[in-house]
Amino acid sequence: MRYLLRRGAFYLLTAWAAITLNFFIPRMLPGDPVRSLINRFQGRISVEATESLYILFGLDEERPLWRQYLDYWGNLFSGDLGLSFAYFPTPVSDIIAQSLPWTLVLVGLSTILSFLLGTMLGIWVGWRRGTWADGLLPVTNFFAAIPYFWIGLLAIALFAVVWPVFPASGGYDGGLIPSATPEFIGSAVYHGILPAVTIIISSMAGWILGMRNMMVTVSSEDYVTVAHAKGLPERQVMIGYAARNAILPNISGFALSLGFIVGGTLVTEMVFTYPGIGYMLYQAVGAKDYPLMQGFFLVITLSVLVANMLADIAYAVLDPRTRQEA
Amino acid sequence: MVTAVEPPAVSPGTGTGRRSRRGTGLMFLRNRKTVTGLIILAFFIVLAAIGDVIAPYDPSATSPVGLQPPSADHLLGTTSLGQDILSQILVGTRGVLVVAFLAGVLATVLSVLVGITAGYLGGTSDEVLSLVSNIFLVIPALPLIIIVTGLLPSAGGLTIALIIALTGWAWGSRVLRAQTLSLRRRDFVEAARANGESTWRIILFEILPNLTAVIASGFIGTVIFAMLSEITLAFIGVTSISDWNWGTILFWAQSNQALAMGAWWWFVPAGLCIAGVGTALTLINFGIDEFVNPRLRSTGQNAKVLRAKKIRARVGFTPVLRDTAATAEPSSGRESA
Repeated sequence: MRYLLRRGAFYLLTAWAAITLNFFIPRMLPGDPVRSLINRFQGRISVEATESLYILFGLDEERPLWRQYLDYWGNLFSGDLGLSFAYFPTPVSDIIAQSLPWTLVLVGLSTILSFLLGTMLGIWVGWRRGTWADGLLPVTNFFAAIPYFWIGLLAIALFAVVWPVFPASGGYDGGLIPSATPEFIGSAVYHGILPAVTIIISSMAGWILGMRNMMVTVSSEDYVTVAHAKGLPERQVMIGYAARNAILPNISGFALSLGFIVGGTLVTEMVFTYPGIGYMLYQAVGAKDYPLMQGFFLVITLSVLVANMLADIAYAVLDPRTRQEA
Repeated sequence: MVTAVEPPAVSPGTGTGRRSRRGTGLMFLRNRKTVTGLIILAFFIVLAAIGDVIAPYDPSATSPVGLQPPSADHLLGTTSLGQDILSQILVGTRGVLVVAFLAGVLATVLSVLVGITAGYLGGTSDEVLSLVSNIFLVIPALPLIIIVTGLLPSAGGLTIALIIALTGWAWGSRVLRAQTLSLRRRDFVEAARANGESTWRIILFEILPNLTAVIASGFIGTVIFAMLSEITLAFIGVTSISDWNWGTILFWAQSNQALAMGAWWWFVPAGLCIAGVGTALTLINFGIDEFVNPRLRSTGQNAKVLRAKKIRARVGFTPVLRDTAATAEPSSGRESA
C-alpha cells in the first residue's frame, strides 16, 4: 500500500511537471503565435480584436507571468484548453473529443492484437531455441528497426495503388456521415484494416523479442528442470511453468504500451490521413496551431501517466516481491 | 519500464585479469551478429564521409527530365523535379548519422552522469536525480520534440540533436543507477574505499569500467532512437527541409504524391537505408546483450554442428561445446546442467 501511495505522489508531481512544461514551452521559445495568426488574417483583424486575441490565448503581456500561470490552471480544471488557430472559433477540447475515439479504437485494437500474437510467438520461439524458429529473429529484428510510417507507405503503395484492395486514406467513406449505422461501421472497419495491420506488424517484433529473451532466461531455472524431471507433458511445462513466470515483464510492458495508444503511432495516422490524434497533430504543426498542439501534448502525456499507473498496479498485484520491497 | 526488467548483472569478476580480458574481447568479435552489424554500420559511415564526393549529381539541382524510374543515368531514378535520388541519399547519409551519433553521445554522457551519481551517492541526491529522470522517462518524447521543433523557426541538425538528447537520456540513467547500486557494495569497491581513495577515483576506475557493456548498449539504443526521431521529424516537415537527409527525401516523396503515382523508387531506397542502419545497430546491441548475459547466446547458429554431434538443444540446458579453440570461454558462460 505504501508503495502505491508513493507512486501516486510521483504521478501527481509528474503531471504537474508536464503541465507546467506545457505552459512554459511556448513562452520560452522565440516566435509569437498570435502574431502569426494575425499575419494569416492580414488586415481583417482590428486592433481591438488583436488585443482580445492575446487575452484569449493567455499571452497577455500586461498580466504578470504568475497570474497567467494561475489562469492557465483555472482554465485546465474547467476543461477549457483554448481555441484552435487552424479551425478558428472551435475549442481545442472539441477537436480532441472528436479525434480521440478514432485513435483509441484503431490503435487500441491493434496494440492488443499485436501483444497477443507477439507474446505467443515469443513463447514458442524461446521454447524451441536452437531450431529453425531462431530464423524468425533476424526478420523481427529488421521490422523493429524501421520506422512505422515507412511500413505504412509501403502498405499504401502495394495494397492501395499497385493492387487497389484497400483505401489509401481516411477513416471512413467520404459520402457517409459518422453514425452508428452498420454501413458506416463497415466502412470504418474497412478503412482501418491497412493502418491496423501496419501497426501490428511493426510493433509485434518488440513483443516477440522480449518474450523470447525472458523465456530463454527463465527456462534454465530449477523449477523448470524439476517440471521436466517430473515427466510433465512438454506443453504443460512450457505454458504452466516457463511462460507463466516469463510473462511478467511483457505484461507490465503491455500496460505501458496502453499509454502509447494515444501518442505512439502519431505518424502512422499522418501517413494514412486517419482522422485521429496523430493526423490532427500533424495538421496543427503544419498550421502552427499552438493551442491545439499543447492540447494534444497534454492528452498524450496524461494517458501515458495513467498507463504507467496501471503498469505499477499490475506489477504490484502480479509480483508480491514489489510490495515487500517498498 | 517502471519497475520492469532489471538488467542482467554484470559479473565484475571476469575481465579484470589481463589474460581473460583479451579472451573476452576476442569472443565479443567472434559473435557473428556483432560482426555483421559492425560491417553494415562501417559501410554507412563510409557513405557519410564520402557521400557528397561520390554523388553523381547535385541533390537539389532540378532537371527537365521529370519523374523517371531507375535507369543507367539515374541509378535510383529521379523525383518529379528531376532531382537524382541516389545523390540525395548519398548526401543525406551524413546528416542522419551525425545527428544520431551526436544525440547518442550527449544523451549517454547525461545518463552516465546522472545514473552513476544517483546510484553511488544515494540519499537525497539519489532521490532528487531519480525523480528527475523518472519524470523525463514518463513524459512522451516524440510529441514533445514535435512541439518544440515546431515552435522553433527553423531547427537545424545541432538543435535537433540537442533536443533529442535532452529527452532521451532518462532510460539509460535508470539502468545505470540500478547497476551502480549493485556494484557499490561489492568487495573491490569496499576495498578501494577502505584504502581512502577519493569518490571520483572510485567512480572512474572501479565502477565505470564494470559498466562499459551497459553503457555501450544504452548508447546504441539511444542512437537508434535518435535516428528514428530525426527522420520522423524531417518526414513530418517540422525541421529544416532544405538539409538533405533520408527523412527529407520521404517528406518530398509524400508531399508530391509519389505513392499515388506508383513512384516506388522515390521512397523505397531511403526506407531500406534506415532499416539497414537500424538493423546494424540492433545486431551490435544483441552482441553486447549476449556478451553480458550468456544465456541469450543463440545455439541456433551451430544447430548443424549440434545435430552432427547428436546433442539436442533443449530448454534448461545450455550446451557448451569445448573444442581446443574455444577455451577462452569466460567462467560466467558455463552453466551447470
